[in-house]
Amino acid sequence: MDTEQETHLLKQFEFLSKRPSADHSAYNCPADKLIEFSEHLLSKEGYDILKDVTAVDWLGEKVRFTVMYHVFSSTTYDYIRIAVDCLDNENPEVPSVVSLWAAADWHERETFDMFGIKFKNHPNLKRILMWDEYEYHPLRKDFPLAGIDCEFPGEDVADRVDVEVLSAPMMGGPFVSSCSGTSKKREPSAADQSWTEEKSK
Amino acid sequence: MATQEISIGDAGSKAVDGDLMSLSVGPSHPTTHGVLRLQIELDGDNVTECEPVMGYLHRGSEKIAENMTYNQFIPYTDRFDYLAPLSNNVAYALAVEQLTDIVIPERCQVIRVLVSELARISSHLLGLGVLGMDTGAWTPFMYTFTEREKLYTLFEELTGARLTTSYTRIGGVARDLPDGWLGRVNEFCNQLPKAIEDVEKLLTRNKIFIDRTQGVGVISKEDAINYGLTGPNLRASGVDLDLRKDKPYSGYENYDFDVPVGTVGDSYDRYLVRVEEIYQSIRIVKQAINNIPEGLWYSEDAKKIYPPQKGDILTSMEELIQNFMIVTEGPQIPAGEVYFQAENPKGVLGFFIVSKGGGVPYRLKVRGPSFCNLSVLPKLAKGCMMTDLTVILGSLDFVMGECDR
Repeated sequence: MDTEQETHLLKQFEFLSKRPSADHSAYNCPADKLIEFSEHLLSKEGYDILKDVTAVDWLGEKVRFTVMYHVFSSTTYDYIRIAVDCLDNENPEVPSVVSLWAAADWHERETFDMFGIKFKNHPNLKRILMWDEYEYHPLRKDFPLAGIDCEFPGEDVADRVDVEVLSAPMMGGPFVSSCSGTSKKREPSAADQSWTEEKSK
Repeated sequence: MATQEISIGDAGSKAVDGDLMSLSVGPSHPTTHGVLRLQIELDGDNVTECEPVMGYLHRGSEKIAENMTYNQFIPYTDRFDYLAPLSNNVAYALAVEQLTDIVIPERCQVIRVLVSELARISSHLLGLGVLGMDTGAWTPFMYTFTEREKLYTLFEELTGARLTTSYTRIGGVARDLPDGWLGRVNEFCNQLPKAIEDVEKLLTRNKIFIDRTQGVGVISKEDAINYGLTGPNLRASGVDLDLRKDKPYSGYENYDFDVPVGTVGDSYDRYLVRVEEIYQSIRIVKQAINNIPEGLWYSEDAKKIYPPQKGDILTSMEELIQNFMIVTEGPQIPAGEVYFQAENPKGVLGFFIVSKGGGVPYRLKVRGPSFCNLSVLPKLAKGCMMTDLTVILGSLDFVMGECDR
């Protein structure tokens, strides 16, 4: 998008601010103005395709979660990135844009699943990739790479078939190598070694 | 035809009154092409409710990406759309390169286009064969798989692997084209139209195939846009949108090709669009072969990003250190946020990368086209017949590797 459109948008919506970006135009938008801005992009500027909704966890910073939207125009072939900061770090929440773009449905569910960010007025906000009973949000930065052992999801199955059901051990998984330390340390190994099969978490 | 199972628990209780039946199709079922599970509610033979349940192939690729260097993640991109790993490799490399100011040499760009298009052909060959099989036609599958096998032999010669190609690097490709390889690709492209024509003879005017696909699973233009569909599924609904044409990358603007667009948006249109895309890909591949420039297959000025050549590492101290740093600390990518999308066989594969500098991405989000293409399924399936669902799934041509990531 050209800078002309940028200035025009920034002038029309005073709550917007420009966000540094390495490629497309990007704006910071407050959560309560998201619907207003999105509606304008959709109906007036022709950004008719919602490509992506995701979030970034800035653990340790003042604002912990930022939800990122990427909208695309099928007439000018431009992207716009909208970044919405979640004001509450404990119970992050942003309004849902499902009513504007149906594509947001699954993307918002995935973001909820992975980050625990709630989307207000989403018609069916539940987990999509992890199972319903799962208690963690894996893409949060404080979630360990090696995962956390948890209850087998289908306990009712165990009751019914009368067989002890054990979840698979989580040893292995993604391996990382360190570039410093002794040769033993430099060996590729599971990222989180604070636990072993003998000593569970 | 489906393995029928009366579900227990919540799903079962819905079906108590009336004649509705809950049916769980998958996650291991030939219709669902992978590990997709469909929780279906049936009224006789009509689907009244269809809820896709996924995550069976979720491997946490995005979390893994945050814990390894940019180059280490390339093998993981093979596992998204594992029917066209080469295009994933290319898309990922291009996405990371958006953050840098590397200039990719022309030869490398042409190689990337060439392998992407070959990957598109192999993916569509599988898509066509499987769609035929879903409608009860076995033979086209044999024809397309014979061709796909030839392609895989070519891939193996180029990359050393049939499936897990990991061919690109940030700033280039892993190695140059082998001697005489382009000639063999050309030979393949010369004989491919004959095979596609044979498949077309079996399907395109086949009464049974037409009856099974025409008017089945119609996606309107508005729905296709609203649900964020991409690729052949979007174009079959009459939306002329192809990033190769409309937002060209890697030098696609230099090729002469057409973008096939459907009119109705039914399963038959999606089939026709894929067939035509194979012909168009052959055109692009031939142009690439005829115009491939001499030169390097990696960016020479990408000193801290693309490792030096093996011969230099063994003889020169400077190069040895450079190689050591890239291997241990990863390619040094500047800080910033980028979103890049490439037109892959299944649709648009997008990468959103947040870099804080250094060799490891702070956040990497993968937008799998199959994920978005499947999101229209609950709407599409409502009211259709159980047997049509098989055809709809086949014509959407999704792959769970990139849906679940």
